[in-house]
Amino acid sequence: MSQPSKIKVLTNGILNENPVLRLVLGTCPTLAVTTMASNGIGMGLAATFVLLCSNVVISALRNIIPNQVRIPCFITVIAGFVSVVQMVVKAFVPSLDSALGVYLPLIVVNCIILGRAEAFASKNGVVDSALDGIGMGIGFTCTLTIMGTIREILGSGTWMAGLDGLLPFLPDGFAIRVIPESIDPFTIMTSAPGGFFVFGIMMAAATWLTSRPKKGAAEPAEGGNAQ
Amino acid sequence: MIKQLAVIFFTMILVDNYVLSKFLGICPFLGVSKKLDSAVGMSLAVVFVMVMATAATWPIQTFLLDPNGMGYLQTIVFILIIAILVQLLENFLKKFIPALYRSLGVYLPLITTNCTILGVTILNIDNEYNFIESIVCAAGAGLGFLVAMVLFSGVRRRVEQARPPECFKGLPITLVAAAMTSLSFMGFGGIVDAIFG
Repeated sequence: MSQPSKIKVLTNGILNENPVLRLVLGTCPTLAVTTMASNGIGMGLAATFVLLCSNVVISALRNIIPNQVRIPCFITVIAGFVSVVQMVVKAFVPSLDSALGVYLPLIVVNCIILGRAEAFASKNGVVDSALDGIGMGIGFTCTLTIMGTIREILGSGTWMAGLDGLLPFLPDGFAIRVIPESIDPFTIMTSAPGGFFVFGIMMAAATWLTSRPKKGAAEPAEGGNAQ
Repeated sequence: MIKQLAVIFFTMILVDNYVLSKFLGICPFLGVSKKLDSAVGMSLAVVFVMVMATAATWPIQTFLLDPNGMGYLQTIVFILIIAILVQLLENFLKKFIPALYRSLGVYLPLITTNCTILGVTILNIDNEYNFIESIVCAAGAGLGFLVAMVLFSGVRRRVEQARPPECFKGLPITLVAAAMTSLSFMGFGGIVDAIFG
């Protein structure tokens, strides 16, 4: 049995198996919190932390947890770490807590985390699981940030508004204005339909990026089925 | 009192529809809405579990967690209650109402990780609803889920006959269609205030 290299495990989650765009997991927080890029970063980091910790713990316990009750055990481990994140965010980043609202406790039922616990951590070693958690987390965070960027720039004309809550050294009311205030922003982008729309476009873009033939690589043997 | 309950109920179905305006339960919304009968089956199971879960979690939060200062355990306790409840319900239906079990059974295990259920129980606490309001809110949220699923399964049948560009095939074009459906639900904003206000 050939072991996949550590780098491969780490980078897998970023594009090829991007949890949101390729595996279509964790769509609810993706759509809900990406009205601003900074919320996307916050949500991504919170989920990454939970993903990393739960992957490590579940992979360490994988030989102890009986197979029949594994799902409740996984959920309990995940819920524990989510409560930790909830308390930390409430205490240190209150602005993020109010921006994410109910979606913060809902990380528990984020299918990325349970999905990776079931599909990867319960079958692989601790180190690989940690790398997988970090990779998937980075993929999730990047997707959320990009999506938040698109929606925020089009929908309110600013970029990274609210980042001062995450990084305390930034001045209050920090925001980079991309589109001048004299132009009316495209507010539909920050509300529900815009979320679905941007998500659809991004998923199409990811499909296009991963399915187009590589430059300089040999033509696919089947011949042009990727078109 | 009745008026207030009606406002909550219809707001949850039309204006604050969980799927189309709050983005809860998107996974089953995209996964199970391909066929009308499975969409209805899943939604009915959701309505049922949502009301049961609210009826179970509200007293626990109000009479057990809050008086003892253990509000921070909310997430863990609620998700465990939901998981146990779904399991109990599955066993109960299997034993006593096999006909219902056959139609809803396959959807029940999926419901534990459906964020609408945990979402509605937590939001009921956050909004400080009393017990009856919470139950009405849960029923409304569940019916809203049903409405969204049924409408969208119709939209999807049309979308599947269309021929989008290659990279849009499958989910991307479905999401764009969901954007249109959600846009139409935005038209309901204010309707509840206009009727009951």
